[in-house]
Amino acid sequence: MLTSDIKSRFPILNQEVNGHPLVYLDSAATSQKPDTVIETISRYYEHDNSNVHRGVHTLGNRATDEYEGARQKVADFIHAASVQEVVFSRGTTTSINMVAQSYGRANVSEGDEIVITYMEHHSNIIPWQQLANATGAVLKYIDLEEDGTLSLDKVRETVTDKTKIVSVMYVSNVLGTMNPVKEIGAIAHEHGAVMVVDAAQAAPHVKVDVQDLDCDFLAFSGHKMCGPTGIGVLYGKKELLEGMEPVEFGGEMIDFVNLYDSTWKELPWKFEGGTPIIAGAIGLGAAIDFLQEIGLDEIERHEHRLAAYAMDRMKEIEGLTIYGPADPARRAGLVTFNLDEVHPHDVATVLDMNGIAVRAGHHCAQPLMKWLGATATARASFYLYNTEEDIDRLVDGLRTAKEYFSDVI
Amino acid sequence: MSFNNLDQLYRRVIMDHYKNPRNKGEIEDGSLTIDMNNPTCGDRIHLTLNVEDGTVTDAKFDGEGCSISMASASMMTQAIKGKKVEDALKLSETFSNMMLGKEHDDSIDMGDIEALSGVSQFPARIKCATLAWKAMEKGVASDSNPN
Repeated sequence: MLTSDIKSRFPILNQEVNGHPLVYLDSAATSQKPDTVIETISRYYEHDNSNVHRGVHTLGNRATDEYEGARQKVADFIHAASVQEVVFSRGTTTSINMVAQSYGRANVSEGDEIVITYMEHHSNIIPWQQLANATGAVLKYIDLEEDGTLSLDKVRETVTDKTKIVSVMYVSNVLGTMNPVKEIGAIAHEHGAVMVVDAAQAAPHVKVDVQDLDCDFLAFSGHKMCGPTGIGVLYGKKELLEGMEPVEFGGEMIDFVNLYDSTWKELPWKFEGGTPIIAGAIGLGAAIDFLQEIGLDEIERHEHRLAAYAMDRMKEIEGLTIYGPADPARRAGLVTFNLDEVHPHDVATVLDMNGIAVRAGHHCAQPLMKWLGATATARASFYLYNTEEDIDRLVDGLRTAKEYFSDVI
Repeated sequence: MSFNNLDQLYRRVIMDHYKNPRNKGEIEDGSLTIDMNNPTCGDRIHLTLNVEDGTVTDAKFDGEGCSISMASASMMTQAIKGKKVEDALKLSETFSNMMLGKEHDDSIDMGDIEALSGVSQFPARIKCATLAWKAMEKGVASDSNPN
């Protein structure tokens, strides 16, 4: 079990909210940042800040080394075959949009199919809707099983030889389901389609190995994995990225500029137009160091334990519905739920008054909410700094909400 | 924890409107129909109004949302029924100012609505309280022939 020493590495967690010690259970929205990440960003601005890939002065070299060093850390973290396969972006949304706009526009035409699932986050729905609408392609959804998992049989029924792109989330931000993206990718490849993995909820919590998954593209965000906001990653297989046009044009990404045409830098820089997110990338590098120091296996085990404990404790509360797979082994460290008679916003307000931060709403997954038959739900999500005591506080808070709303009238 | 803090937000009259909503449903052949949602949280309201000769003669709502949004919708329909459109809009402006903690016309009798004043202390919930009112304003504004 991870110890409370980990919690002490996160300065923000050492505070009271509404008169109670803060219990932060909203890491699936954004994680908190450890001291080393905050210090690394601060040190960069205090000592090394400069633009990268230009100029000959010392600070410029330091900044470039740190920025490219962070790229190497990301490549190692996801087991990419080459550092050239790691493109820095603003986050998962930008990364998926890059694939849709560059690879998609060039390779998808009328009558082709794009396949996603009912559980996707809006960031893995709307870029494909836009691509389908612009090209005349058909957007198809893989239906879910009753327990909120995907069956490979349904994947096989949906993916055809007309399918050009299959894009699926690795871990659901609502159901917690861990999806068999490797197996889904194999089915996509049998039909000549590329496999895109939305790893926003996976990269912070489980070991990601892009070579083992054999995915063609993979996207994630820094801020959900102890890094800063505004930095994310698009991984792409080298031969695919090489064949793709940049999405943004301007400084930094060019090789030669003539009056009427230009040529692009080599990978990955042709996709990084403009001054890049230097401090963000360096901060992400520090976050990866921190996660590696603890070990992704240990983090995953810790979260499974917390999820199992939370599900057990929450089942004690009458009238509480938990969504997603019943088997904690099939889900990541989050529990989405509803309490009879109490709207999730009200649940979240009562918990907030007790110092407990949870998410309430549609979680940027409106098609999934429709599938669940709920307009909104509440979600408690766990990370390496959470403890069983945090979950005990959550359960006490939920009892308070239930009691208050049943007593009040 | 004591319920004192919660009582600041969830006054008894709010919970009464939430659990026993007034004017819930839909006016068949209503002169105005407005659907509005709060995209950040999924609350939605379906409001039907009858406006005759510049007066709101009937108002009903349907929808889904938290206690604050549904209680506010119930109170809003109750308050505007029988009012001149301009008075309903004036009430809406007063309510909006009350939510934003701005100075507002306290000569207007807000009735049950006064109970929502505590919401202004909960910034994340202000949009819940104003949804129904925004829907009413939108409906009245779309009425090309209010008189």
